[in-house]
Amino acid sequence: MNANLSAGQSSTRKVKDRLFQALCIGAIIFSLGALAGLLLDVVISGLPSLSWHFFTNFASRFPEKAGIKAAIYGTLWMMSLTASFCIPIGIATAIYLEEYAGDSRLARIIKLNIANLAGVPSIVYGFLGLAIFVRMLQFDRSVLSGALTMALLVMPIVIVSAQEAIRAVPLSLREGSYALGATRWQTTRRVVLPAAVSGIATGVILALSRAIGETAPLIMIGALTFIAFVPDGPMAPFTALPIQIFNWISRPQAGFHDIAAAAVLVLLLFIFIMNAAASILRHRYDRRWQD
Amino acid sequence: MTVKTKEVVQLEPLVDVSHLIEPPAIEIDSGPIKMRAEGLRVDYGKFQALKDVTVQLPEKRITAIIGPSGCGKSTFLKALNRMVELVPDTQVGGQVWIDGQPIYSDQIDLAALRMAIGYIFQRPNPFPASIYDNVAYGPRIRRRHTRAELDQIVETMLKQAALWNDVKDKLRQSAHNLSGGQQQRLCIARSLAVTPHVLLMDEPCSALDPISSQKIEDLISELKEKLTVVIVTHNMQQASRVSDYTGFFLAEHTGDPGELVEFGATSHIFTSPKDKRTEDFITGRFG
Repeated sequence: MNANLSAGQSSTRKVKDRLFQALCIGAIIFSLGALAGLLLDVVISGLPSLSWHFFTNFASRFPEKAGIKAAIYGTLWMMSLTASFCIPIGIATAIYLEEYAGDSRLARIIKLNIANLAGVPSIVYGFLGLAIFVRMLQFDRSVLSGALTMALLVMPIVIVSAQEAIRAVPLSLREGSYALGATRWQTTRRVVLPAAVSGIATGVILALSRAIGETAPLIMIGALTFIAFVPDGPMAPFTALPIQIFNWISRPQAGFHDIAAAAVLVLLLFIFIMNAAASILRHRYDRRWQD
Repeated sequence: MTVKTKEVVQLEPLVDVSHLIEPPAIEIDSGPIKMRAEGLRVDYGKFQALKDVTVQLPEKRITAIIGPSGCGKSTFLKALNRMVELVPDTQVGGQVWIDGQPIYSDQIDLAALRMAIGYIFQRPNPFPASIYDNVAYGPRIRRRHTRAELDQIVETMLKQAALWNDVKDKLRQSAHNLSGGQQQRLCIARSLAVTPHVLLMDEPCSALDPISSQKIEDLISELKEKLTVVIVTHNMQQASRVSDYTGFFLAEHTGDPGELVEFGATSHIFTSPKDKRTEDFITGRFG
């Protein structure tokens, strides 16, 4: 019996192989193509409207005079408040669950539910925010209400990614610290957190980049859309970029559609910068453990 | 078959007698005792890992713990500074004393205990920080130090760990850039920086090349002037080279708890072991 190496012997298998490859490439072209088409459309209709005035003007009845100053300030206000709520609480929760809670039944139930919370539709959080922050706590339709709602919305993402980063710190490092007589807090503070910090930061940035584009909860809590001033404190009414876009898109005049596209470009730029920061951090984090 | 049975029968009275006279025999030629375990037993959940270990560890001597895999020798070592309790669901019975103080007691400050009894792991585990920060870790968690104090401590400890000449120009570099042997010596320096009385070493050379192992062995011999050392090792030659005393642990069958079969001066254990099982292990008949 000689080995049969002639071509064509296994032609059906080769055809299947090629077919599958073509299928996969087709899938990529379809999804990337759709995305590229969308981006192109936004750029074409939005780019001409991007001017200095667009950033310094408030909203207006006339599309050529309208700008996103209020929306940008509102978004910045809301994001900084959201970050200052969800970062400390989220990280502290993750530390508790990973380092202190152990493997008790209660801890397991909490962990499972946090993972589930990440999948709850954002409009449900908006409803919650409306009922609790706007009505019950009387924060009204303020930046504070919006930020608290957003913080609740992205908290599970922060917690889960921080948990993963903390869990990735090798056990041997903790043991090394305990063997030197460190307490649990000293070990967490001096060994675990420094080793996990870039992973945690990556998760936080990704969570915030989700929050910056969320629209439904803000509509739900009634963030105003026509605002001709910059928020002067956490209790001020506000608007945000996605709300402004939503509002302009819903108008019949074509001029508003173009400036909506311009606002989309600004929002995309924000998200792009945040995601780039996250992947740079992630890259440095991976390299660190390869050393 | 019959011959073998006879041998065992002949040995049994010998073993009994040796058990009776063993403790005083150690004290006579060993000087003061640093640590003592009595009826020490460790359970991981439903699995009993260690059974009724009673032993005395002489001060400023090196005690080697030998035995086949799964005989509970690492468990014994971890029980000596309560590191064993980091494993969930662990139960410890019996008692261990250091300088006459029981360590399994509510009165004991765990942090202080682990500073007094250091631990070196099988795989070097430096923190992902600079060489300097690794050594300074212990002193820093104890109390605030001035820069000059820390510099002094770091230099002294790295010298004691025979690492100073290798790293004096790169103290600020990551500890992960060092070789495996250097990392292990760094871990020893890190432990020494909290001025322990006892250093427990769990197969400290098993992940290292022969030359690095040699350096660690030399270091261990030097440490004995200041510290009591207990070293778990898989390597018979290493045990006979570095240690003054040797304890042989054995779990009779897989799943059985490990127990201390024989303890004595290393020269005795390696030349004229009293127990047949010790002899079989040392001569390489099993394990």
